[in-house]
Amino acid sequence: MEFDALVLSRIQFAFTIAFHIIFPSFTIGLASYLAVLEGLWLLTRNETFKTLYLFWVKVFALSFGMGVVSGVVMSYQLGTNWSVFSAVAGPVIGPLFAFEVLAAFFLEASFLGVMLFGWKKVGPGLHFASTVLVAFGTLTSAFWIISANSWMQSPSGFAGTVEEGLVAVNWLQVIFSPTFPERLAHMVLAAYLTTALVVAAASAFRLLKDASETESAMALKMSIGMLAIVAPLQLLAGDLSGKDVREHQPAKLAAIEAFWETRTEQPFHIAAWPDRELEGNHWELSIPKIGSWITGGSVETEIQGLDAFAPEDRPPVFIVFWAFRLMVGLGLAMIALGFWGAWTIWRGSTARNQAFLRACVAMGPTGFVAVISGWIVAEVGRQPYVIYGVLRTEDAVSPIGAGAVSASLLAFLVVYAIVFSVGALYILRLLAEGPVAGAHEAPPSQDRPPGWALGAAPEDPGPPDKEDR
Amino acid sequence: MDLDLPLVWAGIIALAVLLYVMLDGFDLGIGILFPFARSPRDRDTMMNSIAPYWDGNETWLVLGGGGLFAAFPLAYAIIMPALYIPILLMMMALILRGVAFEFRARGRTRGKAFWTGAFAGGSTVAALSQGLVLGGFIQGVTLNGEAFGGGPFDWLTPYTLLVAVGLTAGYALLGATWLIWRTEDDLHGDARRWAWRAAIASAALLVVVSLATLFVHPQVAARWGFEDGAFDLARLALLSPIPLLGLAGLGLVVWGLAKGGHVAPFLGSLTVFVSGYLGLAVGFFPNIVPYDLTFRQAASADNALGLMLVGVAILLPVILAYTVWVYWVFRGKVGADAGYH
Repeated sequence: MEFDALVLSRIQFAFTIAFHIIFPSFTIGLASYLAVLEGLWLLTRNETFKTLYLFWVKVFALSFGMGVVSGVVMSYQLGTNWSVFSAVAGPVIGPLFAFEVLAAFFLEASFLGVMLFGWKKVGPGLHFASTVLVAFGTLTSAFWIISANSWMQSPSGFAGTVEEGLVAVNWLQVIFSPTFPERLAHMVLAAYLTTALVVAAASAFRLLKDASETESAMALKMSIGMLAIVAPLQLLAGDLSGKDVREHQPAKLAAIEAFWETRTEQPFHIAAWPDRELEGNHWELSIPKIGSWITGGSVETEIQGLDAFAPEDRPPVFIVFWAFRLMVGLGLAMIALGFWGAWTIWRGSTARNQAFLRACVAMGPTGFVAVISGWIVAEVGRQPYVIYGVLRTEDAVSPIGAGAVSASLLAFLVVYAIVFSVGALYILRLLAEGPVAGAHEAPPSQDRPPGWALGAAPEDPGPPDKEDR
Repeated sequence: MDLDLPLVWAGIIALAVLLYVMLDGFDLGIGILFPFARSPRDRDTMMNSIAPYWDGNETWLVLGGGGLFAAFPLAYAIIMPALYIPILLMMMALILRGVAFEFRARGRTRGKAFWTGAFAGGSTVAALSQGLVLGGFIQGVTLNGEAFGGGPFDWLTPYTLLVAVGLTAGYALLGATWLIWRTEDDLHGDARRWAWRAAIASAALLVVVSLATLFVHPQVAARWGFEDGAFDLARLALLSPIPLLGLAGLGLVVWGLAKGGHVAPFLGSLTVFVSGYLGLAVGFFPNIVPYDLTFRQAASADNALGLMLVGVAILLPVILAYTVWVYWVFRGKVGADAGYH
């Protein structure tokens, strides 16, 4: 493979966007969770919710910061590395990005300040409103960015060609392209699942040390409830999204399932070694016929194989096939964990069930892995196109040299490695301390020098409760 | 009534960039001044004075970039590759200084020292690279048809280096005068001394950059009255309010510093930035990629501009309103323990 500006730009984009998506997938869910916690605290005045809020908001701040800075990069990288794409697609999907900035980014960024620093500056109602607005902002942002991405997957509502330029003819069809609703639901549910798994893992870790920590027991129960409901729903949303793929991107579906031959009664490959050179699978472990049933609803349905597409129009198969299986396998494990957790709640043994708590800790990072796998399926599976059927990736790249891109790619690798490892360390350190450590005994604040007289004093835990006023 | 959509959008993008430069300017300035603080506690105060705002401030940069993509895709598609290296350098620097807000508070001894350095270094490099981007833009971009046709280091010239240093000095002035307004005691006193030095450096560099800009392209010189070896006083007189505004801004800074005012120096610095911004803009207008592509040639389809204008008309006033509200919530002097960590 020749490392030209195209290949390097693709590696750089894949790396920076995979790094970026880690944070939104967590903060979209966490913002909603914080809004629920603060709402419950205001409603019930149960201190457990406040302690949990003040704990998870710190984790939120760390993750959100990393999401913001890695997101700013994306808004410039479209131009620096994919200028032909920008010039061609700008008149159609430019407004979707603009709406994301105007409707979501400013909202999140401005009210995040109030959320983090306004605890003692504004009343509880305004503070709660700020948390809700941040949560709303994260969802609005997901709406617009998934809308833009879905248009690139299943473009509709436009006219023109790459040479003469594209122009929108129906904005509703541009914004609500055919695959958009299912893909938005799939991503938002994925974010909620990712957050539930992290909250469950952190709480279970604390409970393994101290089964009587009521805050962690409460958080664990909340995340089990989330998992038990959302994980099965996600299977449904994923299936709907898969039906869209069959209709709009049949080559991607063929790659996902490693179907090489167009036929009815497709087998379902549980595992296989697909090879594009061979135009087939080196080996496969399959169940006969039910591939057609899973993807088409009936064993008699004819499903297109990769033989229906010219070799230069086929996506990479191996990575798409396996990324999909990893995602679905983890999804099934999440469903099992949710049901297991529900069963422990029914038995009243959640906080003491060592095997379950260990399983929660082990499953903590799987949401991130599933999200990245899912995006690999979506983005690699639509190759060789960047705008499906309209613009090829190889034609979208900027007129820049390989030297500049190698330098920037190297710099991104170094900077992101530092930011990610330090960020992960600080978050894990916080999670290991747990919600109670920072709330009650208050270690000397790190912001204050050790010699300072008030350095040893407990931190003001927040505004006085209503009863005290 | 037919709206001139490309012109309206040129105005919106210009406003976003100006707001970005003024707002993120002062918080990048805080980072530039970080090494001069006398104690870690003063650095905590400096950071706390901007912690609730920096994210919102930086969003104007996203609107500038995203807006350019949306409203003038052709300009976006030419400028970004042309300035590839300084733009990505700016991104790396903004990443390091952006995460430093949280990381510095979480770090223990070594971590805190590292992120203190990352905040100072990142802010300074971000300011310098923004200067390189600005300089590279003003000196003009080589086109090949409707795409960038130059080399990877076209942006690196004595002129762009001069602009980079000038912009960094200007950001330091914004940062120092912000601190005068928002801090007290020793730090307030230090900020006054920093502001004096930054004001002198900014004023000198502003003059040098202004003169140098006259030589980067004949169009710029012609706008200011120097054409074909002749000088047209009427043209210069027409534009004279711009340098006079800058002079008034500098006067306000100096008067505020001399009289011990708290807000005047900051307002004066902002005025200097508005003047400098307008002064540069008249040079290349109506080009959006100097000096061969006008904003009309680069504009997106009218239906896209129209749709977005509806969004802007509704959302921009709301954004400005809550931005002002957030600044108002965190008004007043800031101490070292204003953080929530």
